[in-house]
Amino acid sequence: MGVWQIAVVIILLLLIIKPLGSYIYHVFSNQPNKTDKIFAPIEKVIYAICGMKKRAPMTWKKYAVSLLLTNIIFVAVGYMILRIQQILPLNPNGISGMNPTLSFNTIISFMTNTNLQHYSGETGLSYFSQMAVIMMMMFTSAATGLAAAIAFIRGVTSKGKTIGNFFEDFVKGHTRLLMPMSVILTIILVGLKVPQTLEPSIKVTTLEGAKQVIAIGPVAALEAIKHLGTNGGGFFGANSAHPFENPSPLTNVIEILAMWSIPASLTYTYGRFAKRQKQGWVIFGAMGILFAAFLALIFISESHGNPALTAMGLNHSQGSMEGKEERFGIAQSALFSTVTTAATTGSVDNMHDTLTPLGEITPLSLMMLNTVFGGDGVGLINMLMYAIIAVFICGLMVGRTPEFLGRKIEPKEMKLITVALLVHPLIILAPTAVSFLTELGKGAISNPGFHGITQVLYEFTSSAANNGSGFEGLGDNTAFWNISTGLVMLFGRYISIIALLAAAGSLARKQPVPETIGTFRTDNLLFTGILTGIVLIVGALTFFPVIALGPIAEYLSIR
Amino acid sequence: MLKIMRLALLMIVVCGIAYPLLMTGLAQIMFPDQANGSLIKTKDGRAAGSELIGQNFQSPKYFHGRISSINYDASASGSNNYGPTNKEMLKRTQESIKMLKKENPGLKTKNIPVDLITNSASGLDPDISVQAAKFQVPRVSQETGIDKSTLMTFIHETTKGRSLGLFGEPRVNVLELNMKLQNYEK
Repeated sequence: MGVWQIAVVIILLLLIIKPLGSYIYHVFSNQPNKTDKIFAPIEKVIYAICGMKKRAPMTWKKYAVSLLLTNIIFVAVGYMILRIQQILPLNPNGISGMNPTLSFNTIISFMTNTNLQHYSGETGLSYFSQMAVIMMMMFTSAATGLAAAIAFIRGVTSKGKTIGNFFEDFVKGHTRLLMPMSVILTIILVGLKVPQTLEPSIKVTTLEGAKQVIAIGPVAALEAIKHLGTNGGGFFGANSAHPFENPSPLTNVIEILAMWSIPASLTYTYGRFAKRQKQGWVIFGAMGILFAAFLALIFISESHGNPALTAMGLNHSQGSMEGKEERFGIAQSALFSTVTTAATTGSVDNMHDTLTPLGEITPLSLMMLNTVFGGDGVGLINMLMYAIIAVFICGLMVGRTPEFLGRKIEPKEMKLITVALLVHPLIILAPTAVSFLTELGKGAISNPGFHGITQVLYEFTSSAANNGSGFEGLGDNTAFWNISTGLVMLFGRYISIIALLAAAGSLARKQPVPETIGTFRTDNLLFTGILTGIVLIVGALTFFPVIALGPIAEYLSIR
Repeated sequence: MLKIMRLALLMIVVCGIAYPLLMTGLAQIMFPDQANGSLIKTKDGRAAGSELIGQNFQSPKYFHGRISSINYDASASGSNNYGPTNKEMLKRTQESIKMLKKENPGLKTKNIPVDLITNSASGLDPDISVQAAKFQVPRVSQETGIDKSTLMTFIHETTKGRSLGLFGEPRVNVLELNMKLQNYEK
């Protein structure tokens, strides 16, 4: 039964890709199309209010600056709100203001689409903050990522100095994609019992006569954009494991598809822009192969239960149930964990800290690779970056100038891409090592031994990949962790976006070279294999030693 | 710069204020029960809890839920995130096994339903496996005097199947099951 329920969800995803991918293409192709009728008037009002009636095409530099400035304003306003939430409206449970380092961490976390949470929603945020900061940033950070992806795609597929207008892409990402999808999804989720109210916590008397206070709030609206925008920050501390955020296996499947569908469909959108659909399927294929392999690992490992409990004589037919919810069981938990770390959402429906040693490898590796579907927009850019590295390496091997989509790949692009490629492991491994040198870092470990290494490693990997899930046992709400992970999230997001936009700007200006019989093809099975191999080899060379110290050593210790 | 400021502020108002308020309004009109936490009412109309949120059952007269490190305090959520080799977790499990063996003489370790002695992810898990419910029937029957076949019927009635017959796991809602016991006694 477990395998079947996973297979059906994957089939549903495959059915979504073409229609949604085409739709996203139409939204951003800037050609007149049917969606204009409904949305153009709304956008006209927005542009009028903002004084953006003329939206000139931008160079990559202008595009990047506009993106950064917009994000900075959100950060400034959001930070203010968190600090003074106690005097703002909609605070029925009397939550006090957030401290400076935690506010810093939280605001960076949500602006960078990471949603790492060092606070607990029930006690840390007022309803107003949940709405005006958290939900707002869930929209705007996802739209930022989408805009960057579309700009990058334009760079590699079109010719000219411009890669589009940031404000137009940003606004359309909201009006035509995220907002309508979120509205529909919210209503569906409420129908399936996810609460949506502004009333304070409920007080009840239990059957045994005790008092129980049940935290509640505008959960469904957050839940919808949390997944569609690959954000992942929960309304409650337990995230999507909380029965109010994710009441049934059906909502679990819906949430999985909600976070998976946009990143997966963007491969199709890319194929449309490249005017060769096979290019898109090659990218999707490489992502799919890696996804399936890691899904199998976690599913099999969790199904076999925790070896340490089996050694006590316990029956492992239910699988490893520590840190999991009864309604989801192993299959729905394993699939959710794989999708949430592949698509770098970071919501969890089971506690990753409690995963079996081999099961831990899946979320950790997917965040380290950071290319298997990835967050809205940025995942596709990262995979295209690997595709360019793949043609470059193949070009070196056969002694030809590498080309990608009819553009020569030259030192300038390779330098930029190398920066983006190297930043990721650097900001994971360096701070992990530093943390072990100081009591500020080591002191946070709650599961001593090899597992403790994984706890620290996971925290920085999740921050760098802008994922946001955690090994939540880690005592991470301290100034050290708030600031260190805050900086890692910041670098993880913006350095690669800027470097890759620069590469796209440079590629867009190149004279296309005609395809000949000697051109290395990037739209066939061979290239899918090469691409998958390159991602795995680069990933393994960088991260295998540290995985051996954490999960693998832990596995060997209880096998 | 001023234009960007206006765009940012507009987005804050639309996404951060208008959207959630509009959604709250729609939800309250379309699905008022679900939007307010799917509360279960007792016969006299008082809220006894939410069908989605587990409660702490300690008395041997009731069916017990899963382990919750927060004792089902629903003003918070979460668990203590014990890793698979955590000593505290192994100790807790040993103690649970010992206690269950004391309650059920002759019990073999391999017959213990694992979900009953593991901590749920949210600490608020409202469900247990069908196996874990049946496991508790002898104790509850002895303590309450309700005969076993009646209890089995209750379990059958409060079992939820897989969503759409496919997704998730079959399970028993502990609060709903215990409300049946309570109503029966009255």
